[in-house]
Amino acid sequence: MRAIILLFSFLPLLTFAGEARDLAKDPVVEKRMVGLAENLRCLVCQNESLASSHAELAEDLRREVRELIQKGMSDQEIKDYLVARYGDFVLYEPPMKGSTLVLWLGPFGLLLVGLGALLFQLRNRRKVMRETILSPEAQQRAIALLNDEKR
Amino acid sequence: MMRFILPFVVFIVLTVFLFVGLKLDPREVPSPLVGKPAPAFVLPQLHVPGKQFSPADMKGKVWLFNVWASWCVACEEEHPVLMELARQNIVPIYGMDYKDKRDAALAVLERRGNPYLMNVSDTDGRVGIDYGVYGVPETYVIDKQGVIQYKQIGPVTAENLRKKILPLVAELEKK
Repeated sequence: MRAIILLFSFLPLLTFAGEARDLAKDPVVEKRMVGLAENLRCLVCQNESLASSHAELAEDLRREVRELIQKGMSDQEIKDYLVARYGDFVLYEPPMKGSTLVLWLGPFGLLLVGLGALLFQLRNRRKVMRETILSPEAQQRAIALLNDEKR
Repeated sequence: MMRFILPFVVFIVLTVFLFVGLKLDPREVPSPLVGKPAPAFVLPQLHVPGKQFSPADMKGKVWLFNVWASWCVACEEEHPVLMELARQNIVPIYGMDYKDKRDAALAVLERRGNPYLMNVSDTDGRVGIDYGVYGVPETYVIDKQGVIQYKQIGPVTAENLRKKILPLVAELEKK
């Protein structure tokens, strides 16, 4: 009898950590959440990331992202989940598609225009330089000036 | 001559771009939800928490779904417009009390008047996330098939009610 009571008195030692852990305190989830949230925009305070914003909606969305991570969704799936609700605007890096083509290719287009203008200018200048032939007197003067400079 | 014309043209083009940019509202984020079925949910009713409501209950009707809260200042601005719309009885207005305390919401409806046929409580804002809510008030026009046809971000004004929402409702009613 005593032995049985003794045995039962040790029973509580077998129960441990049954409590649900707070998601916010799981460092792995937290790290992934922050990594994701840094590239997501807070919609209330538009120039802040979801990771740094203190807006209430940002807090809710961080909670949502934590839970999605817990569900085992991939980063891409989580982004798609948010885009389906808030649009591409939540992404700091907009996706490449028809409506964003100008955004992605515009700078390169401008660069090409700039390069074209530069080339045009250089070619024009060469033509101007080639066409200016000095008269003998002018040449004499140029040489005199250059020699003058040397001294 | 070219030396002066070209920079001038560039200047004009830039000015036009900047001028148009001035008038764009960065808060108006196009919702990806327009044209998609309204996200399903089951939430307790604000006045009778024991009863529930789901958008599926509204199949076959064109209705407005207005997200508001007692703490929302812009909702106060919108309120008379909704009251007038409710009085005209053109389209049913259902409300969602977003991230709010029940007592506070009931008190506000008591004081300002209640334009809603019914309200649901989204206390923790989860349904709000499904609807892409980021700044109350927001208003959705949902058609007979349960598809979101329009989303108004910010207060509904008499003007956009007349120009946008009511013509859309009339058109959807015919379908």
